[in-house]
Amino acid sequence: MPAPRPQQPAPPGHGSGPVLVLRDVSRSFGGRPAVRAVSLQVPRERTTVLLGESGSGKSTLLRLMAGLIAADTGDILLEGAAVNPGTGAALRRRMGFGLQSGGLFPHLTAADNVTLLARALGRPAEWRARRLSELGALVRLEPELLSRWPAQLSGGQRQRVSLMRALMLTPAVVLLDEPLGALDPVTRGELQGELVRVFRALGTTVVLVTHDLDEAALLGDQVALLRDGALVQVGPIEELAARPADPWVAKFLAGWRGGGQR
Amino acid sequence: MTALVLLLLSAGVGPGPVRVGSKVFTESVLVGELATGVLRRAGLPAEHVRGLGGTRVVWDALVRGDVDVYPEYTGTLAEEIFGGRVRPDALGPALAAAGVTLGPALGFEDGYALGMREEVAARLGIRRISDLREQPGLRLGFSNEFLDRGDGWRALQRAYALPHRDVRGLDHELAYRGLRAGALDVVDLYSTDPEIEAEHLRVLEDDLHHFPEYRAVLLVRADLEQRVPGARAALETLAGQIDAPAMIAMNARARVARVPEGQVASSFLRERLGGTGASATEPGPGRARRIATRLGEHLTLVGISLGLSLLVALPLGVLAARRRGLGQAVLAGVGVLQTIPSLALLVLMIPLLGIGTRPAIAALFLYGLLPIVRNTHAGLLGITPDLRESADALGLPGWFRLVRVELPLASPSIVAGVKTSAVIAVGTATLGALVGAGGFGQPILTGIRLADTGLLLEGALPAAALALVVEAAFNGLERLVVPRGLRLGPEEPGS
Repeated sequence: MPAPRPQQPAPPGHGSGPVLVLRDVSRSFGGRPAVRAVSLQVPRERTTVLLGESGSGKSTLLRLMAGLIAADTGDILLEGAAVNPGTGAALRRRMGFGLQSGGLFPHLTAADNVTLLARALGRPAEWRARRLSELGALVRLEPELLSRWPAQLSGGQRQRVSLMRALMLTPAVVLLDEPLGALDPVTRGELQGELVRVFRALGTTVVLVTHDLDEAALLGDQVALLRDGALVQVGPIEELAARPADPWVAKFLAGWRGGGQR
Repeated sequence: MTALVLLLLSAGVGPGPVRVGSKVFTESVLVGELATGVLRRAGLPAEHVRGLGGTRVVWDALVRGDVDVYPEYTGTLAEEIFGGRVRPDALGPALAAAGVTLGPALGFEDGYALGMREEVAARLGIRRISDLREQPGLRLGFSNEFLDRGDGWRALQRAYALPHRDVRGLDHELAYRGLRAGALDVVDLYSTDPEIEAEHLRVLEDDLHHFPEYRAVLLVRADLEQRVPGARAALETLAGQIDAPAMIAMNARARVARVPEGQVASSFLRERLGGTGASATEPGPGRARRIATRLGEHLTLVGISLGLSLLVALPLGVLAARRRGLGQAVLAGVGVLQTIPSLALLVLMIPLLGIGTRPAIAALFLYGLLPIVRNTHAGLLGITPDLRESADALGLPGWFRLVRVELPLASPSIVAGVKTSAVIAVGTATLGALVGAGGFGQPILTGIRLADTGLLLEGALPAAALALVVEAAFNGLERLVVPRGLRLGPEEPGS
């Protein structure tokens, strides 16, 4: 089982109010609704977990938040600014994004993957080097691995690099899609602990997609439970377990052993 | 973009020596050598652009001013160039309209005729073309030009009501070999062909007088005398000098005894016009030098055309990958270019670009587009969805994303496309010799014309070797261009 949950709460941040606000967001693909009228607030410096079975719309919801796809109806606001594919690259640079595969570019070394956007935006070389070693230390990646290509890294190492890339420009929010989904159980458990530690240390606002109850419980300050594209219940997992909104939630959370253990 | 390249290629030709052209058969090359020879004997600068393609190629070159003089036959002018609208004895005005004058008549006729091996004709009792009607099973082989021209096979078939179905087109001088080998029964002849005598051929009587008169003449550009005073007079010294036996003898020396055309021509001029006389062609350089020169010409054709293809095709491929609708149109467009036969494309370029390296480069450039456009397009579309999403999510600026992410990821496919284009260009460039672009095609063409296998191989072997070297060079280049991370093998999932 994963490491015990760290102390709550995280240190208070400078801003206030939610980083991301979703109001009545819907999206369908070819007439099939994937996300139905979701309203959700992503609180600052907290980790929000989108939890649900496969096909529940959680990955689609994450891509809507990233502005990678457009909502059919509803609003998505990043610190007040509307997010959609039209608002373009500039807004997306304020979000970090991580994929299950890592999404690293195979033709670039780990270091170049991490610093690519900073270089595109003209950040000076010394700044990039300093940030790179800071982040490497933070995610505990051996410095010599930075000069390797993705094909020469293990899955866990690739996820650490992917996380460094997402954090490089100190984004307002980090969006992660099943970041640990492809890893073996040992590496996975190890990295879950690392993620908690890194996010707490930086005070990062995170939205993370998973279908794993234990991972949701470990990482999520709040859990947004999705079924068939609709948001069923939002709150700390203990609250969901204690006061399920409906019998389906109770049944879904029955698989989680953590609630009774502590 | 393509139009711009063509425009650049067509820019500027300065005044120079008198340029004599000839078609790609021995008699034409010989007369071209004779014309070049008399010009040089008169102290005028002259060069011989020998063995260009068929009638159309050389005629277009004359009208455009890429050559000043070339040997032609009155029947060909009337039937082929003026499409039967002008009588052979009234060509003057029609030629003048094209800026061309009828130069000296050389003194021989070289008409079309049909011929058979004597013993076959005797066995079947064939003496006249009309007799062929009784033998519908005969196998006929005609030069490609004869098959297509106004007074050629179709008109002959109509005039004599010939029933034959087994008719194939091939190179004129190869037809004799087919006849000798027994693969063909009837071929078209030029009446001055030395093979008629050497191989005991029966010339069938044109009993319906279908074939027009084919007097050999020189065609001269009207503005030549103004540009090079004295040239006209020098050419006139050939008037009436070559009778049919003399032409047959020269053809025999060149084709049967394999004496170089330049040598045949200069010894003829010495005999007829006296004096020692400058040879039309200087003694040829050694084989190694010849191959080196051809290699230089060949690489120039391939290098320039490939560079231009890359310059145009890479942006087109990117555009095609970005805009789906436009992409289909672009791919279809360059695909159509590829279906034009290379010879036809070369000939189409002549009215625009004249003869020499420019039309060849333009044709090779157009051929080189498709593999590069298609592979660039495929390489960019082949980028996996998660990498595409990764690039989207990072919010990389467009140009940076293209240059630093998309093109490197597509580079294995793009390099493969450029390699394909290069290898195709090395092969296709051998056809450039037909429009006077030189290269390894030159010895190949001459080798075919003279049935000289050694000469043919002198072009074919280096061309094949060059294709292999180019392929190997690109494999090396691949290591330089394709980022190392992409050559480490597929990413393995898990840790």
